[in-house]
Amino acid sequence: MVGLQHYLLLSAILFSIGIFGILVRRNLLVILMCVEIMLSAANVALVAFSRFGVGHGLDGQVVVLFNFVIAACEASVGLGLIVAAFRCKETVSVDAFRLLKG
Amino acid sequence: MDYLFYLFAAITVVGAFLVVVNRSPIASAMSLIASFFGMAGLFVLMDAHFVAIMQILLYAGAIMVLFVFVIMLLNLTPNASRFKAIAGTRLILGGAGLYLGGLLMLIILGATKGQLSTDGAPAGLVGSVESVGELLLGQYIVPFEFTSVVLLIAVIGSVYLTKKKV
Repeated sequence: MVGLQHYLLLSAILFSIGIFGILVRRNLLVILMCVEIMLSAANVALVAFSRFGVGHGLDGQVVVLFNFVIAACEASVGLGLIVAAFRCKETVSVDAFRLLKG
Repeated sequence: MDYLFYLFAAITVVGAFLVVVNRSPIASAMSLIASFFGMAGLFVLMDAHFVAIMQILLYAGAIMVLFVFVIMLLNLTPNASRFKAIAGTRLILGGAGLYLGGLLMLIILGATKGQLSTDGAPAGLVGSVESVGELLLGQYIVPFEFTSVVLLIAVIGSVYLTKKKV
């Protein structure tokens, strides 16, 4: 029987994959995709909590819908930043942006 | 029903993994779409039908189209070096492993101690469009209206960021 802990395990694995991707990839676009994976991992956990009755009712699913809005905003602003950064340096590699490096 | 969970979970995790290891950004985006479809299947398994529909419409549809559009727009050449950690690789791998281990330990301990018991699972509580919409436009009306403000700020921000400097 698949229960809450299965979904939480899946969520933890997805979140860790996202963190790993952010830490090891150099491409700004892929880093933004990994942020999306992390947000989705949180969504899986929220829906699982909502389904298996840890909270009450469907509150978790409503929060997931708000999370979608946040993800859409994050993607649009993030991609806008990437386009602006590309105009500046002609690359999307993180290595090129070292102005604030001490 | 259990094998469906494992099928969708495998699609989701493999898709997410391929996002990280793929060399070209467009292949990463396609893997991410596959991962989101698997996640939508998981939402259906959890009776969250409205969320599953929105997952496909918003994530696999709108957001990923935006990603693919920007990738096409920038016309990138595939980067030679795929992986390069920010600081010490060993430190990062250790930290990520520690984090995942702690998270898994927390879940397993919670499951064995019965804090994650699913006895009180409400029967027949299905996240249909009607029930979620009623909650969204009733109890959560104020946060729902504020999401429009967030969206407006995002629109203004992205227009300002990408416009030609005059």
